[in-house]
Amino acid sequence: MSEHVDSVKTYTAVWLILLILTGVTTGVAYIDLGAFSVVIALLIAAVKMLLVALFFMHMRHSTKLTQLAAAGAFLWLFIMMAFTLADVWTRGLVGTPGR
Amino acid sequence: MAEQAHAPVESLALREQFNTPEQQKESSAFGMWIFLVTEVMFFGGLFLAYTIYRNTYPVVFGMASTSLNAVIGALNTAVLLCSSFTMVLGVRAAQLGRRRALVIFLILTLLLGMVFLGVKAYEWNQKFVEHHIPGAHFHFEGAAEQGPAQLFFSLYFVMTGLHALHMVVGAGILSWLLYHAVRGRFTAEYMTPVDIAGLYWHFVDIIWIFLFPLLYLIDRHMR
Repeated sequence: MSEHVDSVKTYTAVWLILLILTGVTTGVAYIDLGAFSVVIALLIAAVKMLLVALFFMHMRHSTKLTQLAAAGAFLWLFIMMAFTLADVWTRGLVGTPGR
Repeated sequence: MAEQAHAPVESLALREQFNTPEQQKESSAFGMWIFLVTEVMFFGGLFLAYTIYRNTYPVVFGMASTSLNAVIGALNTAVLLCSSFTMVLGVRAAQLGRRRALVIFLILTLLLGMVFLGVKAYEWNQKFVEHHIPGAHFHFEGAAEQGPAQLFFSLYFVMTGLHALHMVVGAGILSWLLYHAVRGRFTAEYMTPVDIAGLYWHFVDIIWIFLFPLLYLIDRHMR
């Protein structure tokens, strides 16, 4: 928290990397990578998210409790996504008896 | 701040229910993070709906997604990232008790947020011109099925619309901060509102970091 004051240099570096990654993700979108374009786009987005959370949102200076709560978001999101998609994507894979 | 002989002194930085200013700050940040986790679930439902329908109608979603202007989207992403940068510098200024710098960075953040919303308004207007607003006059050229195309634009408007609504709320919070920063309410000892608002502003940025590639980019290579 406020006892950790990061330098303007650190913030500027993070900001520049974020801008570069935005350029990269836009450029890569025009290259045909097949199914991997989604993977690459999400990977770059995840890196940008981590940079914003760790540096701009001071996550790296947060208490363990706060870090755990924030990381918990991924667990809840995973449960919602995985269980819903497990249903939707497997419908019709097995025949329904009596139909 | 009535100081009596043995009564503990209460201040903005240390309310009586907390033991130390540090504990108070941590509690505030923790509370904000819990709220942001609920926001992750809120937007998560929309991302999930988008994933399901994009998989169900990959061709039409690809065409509809490619009709968006990726260059404008990328530039607007850059604007938003710049606003996060000015916001974090504002928080830093508040940490160091620099009132003037805080005011300047809050104004810059607010302006960049307005630029983002302005560009968004321009993009939405383009959708009106192109008849890409779901409803009676919807028409998407080249798509055999209009239904899935409407579905894409429905999700586009709900997702970018809710994101923009968060930006509007953020702009309101920034204005409130600005008012109190000008009046000198925030000090190096007490700048929790600035800190917490920063968390919110960066979070809204993170949502856009995912919206941008998912809505604008991932089907572009097929064209």
